[in-house]
Amino acid sequence: MSTQTPLSLKELSKKEILLTGGHRMCSGCGAPPVVKMVLLASEYPVVAANATGCLEVSTCISEFTAWKIPWIHNAFENAAATLSGVEAMYNSLKRQGKIDKEIKFIAFGGDGGTYDIGFQSLSGAMERGHDMLYVCYDNGAYMNTGIQRSSATPFGADTTTCPAGSSMPGGKKQQRKDLTKVMAAHGIPYVAQASPSHWSDLMKKVRKALEIKGPKFMNIIAPCNRGWRSQTNDAITLSRVAVETCYWPLYEIEDGVTRITVKPKEKKPLVDFLKPQGRFKHMFSPENEAMLKQAQEQIDRQWEKLQREEECTAPKS
Amino acid sequence: MGKIVAVTGNEAVAEAFRQVNPDVCAAYPITPSTDLMQRFSSLANNGKVKTEMILVESEHSAMSACIGASAGGGRVITATSSQGMALMWEELFIASGSRFPIVMALVNRALSAPLNIHGDHSDGMGARDCGWIQLWSENAQEAYDNAIQSFRIAEHLDIRLPAMTCMDGFIISHSIERIEYLDDAAVKDFVGEFKQTNPLLDVDNPVSYGPLILTDYYMEYRRAHAEVMSKVKGVVLDVAKDFEKISGRKYGLFETYRLEDAEIGIVVLNSAAGTTKDAIDIFRDKGIKAGLLKPRLFRPFPYEEVGEALKHLKAVCVLDRADAFGASYGPLFMEIASSLYQYGQRPLMMNKIYGLGGRDYMPDQAEYVLSDLVETAKSGKIKNIREYIGVRE
Repeated sequence: MSTQTPLSLKELSKKEILLTGGHRMCSGCGAPPVVKMVLLASEYPVVAANATGCLEVSTCISEFTAWKIPWIHNAFENAAATLSGVEAMYNSLKRQGKIDKEIKFIAFGGDGGTYDIGFQSLSGAMERGHDMLYVCYDNGAYMNTGIQRSSATPFGADTTTCPAGSSMPGGKKQQRKDLTKVMAAHGIPYVAQASPSHWSDLMKKVRKALEIKGPKFMNIIAPCNRGWRSQTNDAITLSRVAVETCYWPLYEIEDGVTRITVKPKEKKPLVDFLKPQGRFKHMFSPENEAMLKQAQEQIDRQWEKLQREEECTAPKS
Repeated sequence: MGKIVAVTGNEAVAEAFRQVNPDVCAAYPITPSTDLMQRFSSLANNGKVKTEMILVESEHSAMSACIGASAGGGRVITATSSQGMALMWEELFIASGSRFPIVMALVNRALSAPLNIHGDHSDGMGARDCGWIQLWSENAQEAYDNAIQSFRIAEHLDIRLPAMTCMDGFIISHSIERIEYLDDAAVKDFVGEFKQTNPLLDVDNPVSYGPLILTDYYMEYRRAHAEVMSKVKGVVLDVAKDFEKISGRKYGLFETYRLEDAEIGIVVLNSAAGTTKDAIDIFRDKGIKAGLLKPRLFRPFPYEEVGEALKHLKAVCVLDRADAFGASYGPLFMEIASSLYQYGQRPLMMNKIYGLGGRDYMPDQAEYVLSDLVETAKSGKIKNIREYIGVRE
């Protein structure tokens, strides 16, 4: 699109917010700002699908809806498949001359509906090449059902199904699944990681994704103060620290080329991200020192690897 | 007029789908319905239909995509069997609860375990209470005719519910029979243009599909669904009348065969009805007043009409090609029992389970059942209220 709203707060503030207030997400939840930013970035009409989860159950409770765009919720594990059906119908009707508008398709799912139960549906839709953007708002556990572990839950985190009990080391024993890389391995044209703390970076990525024809995937961190045992006013702060500690690096993989879009001036220690969150509290007791070390090492390794990927895939000048 | 051809059940239903020319088809292969969708994919890839194909990675995604496509606002089809239907189960309820008029060809097959690819009714019966309309078909002609009529029934503005048409796996899906096809123009005219209602793709009038509805309104939604179901019978009969005009073939809620003056009767679904009719003819020749009732509309089940049609009999045997694992009667028997219970004077009833996993239903089995009915009617006593036939005990 040639004339896009400039990504300035002044100009964006004139655009309509397509997820209205008055929905029933928790105070301080990171997901609604993510959705608002994604929709604000689009210069096209959007049809959205939503996996079952916090976002879905809190934004469309009969007889009300917070969505000012066409929206469909089907079930937990199939937002991608559902949206692939909508997109297919769009293609069919467009080909028949029954629709002429340019419409973009965006699916929203939490990490449960995306990394785990919805993974097959997502993988299938991406492989089939549907023209859609799948946005995962990753809060690192099944928050809607009461903070159970997911494959996105970080190492060491205390959840209701991997509680930090008396059996040490406690919390989640496994590393999180690197879904962003898994999606990149599908060979789709665009994959990115974003954070609401870096709104301009996030919205640029959404814009770029929507201009690319084919399947796109964005993984966006969305702090959950209930599950993270943090403050209701720190979703943006924590998502910024996640970026600064390289727990959640901001990068994109476009046609196989990796580019780190925001490089922290100084990589902060992971404890800066862990400390404010009650879910990691047990890791700070003296006997769990090894856990902190292990968590830091994981992040260091991944960050090193990402930087090497950027170097290796950079186009030869 | 159309033409007379020799085709399989799968081929006939694929032809019905070609003639209806839906907007979207999402499907995943599973025996014995694979062949139906292969044929349809070939039609799509050769430009014979306008249909957008979604070749998904599972049946769960097939029905999920059908739901998305149907919400989008257009005609949507799929086909499946057995485990495929089992995997769709969650989505079947969402399709019907959301009132999406998706049309599905169910090529009936046994459920695992043990793994078996042949025809029985476990899949359709397992999904009988998922809020879909079910039409069952004795042969390829009926499968073809039901497939065409199901679009009109499902899409009727008073109904807007998904519909599945059932035919026996392999026995019908893979056997070549003589079929009368309708003209393309006649089918096109019969099904008409798809009428959109609140399409998701209308970005100027945004709608939300799939809300959370708790204790305050959930029950009203379910009640409304039941109310809509109660109107299906009437629509099925109206559509059948229109269909008769273009085909000369008459359809009702069920078919009766030599039943009006009968004293004993068999109730059976799908392909086994053909064999049973032959056995009835043999008994009629011996002067025994035997008849048959073959349900067509199984969901919603026409209890009153079926009860009226059977109440005069002395004895009825219901043949079920699906089991309830020994804990209960077969699913068809329970419906027939419910249909007849209200009558103070009602036939003696028995239930026989046959043909599981595609085991052949042979004429001697039909004759055995009729002989049992004769004896029961004469003695007034039921020997075996529930029995397996054609099985090694």
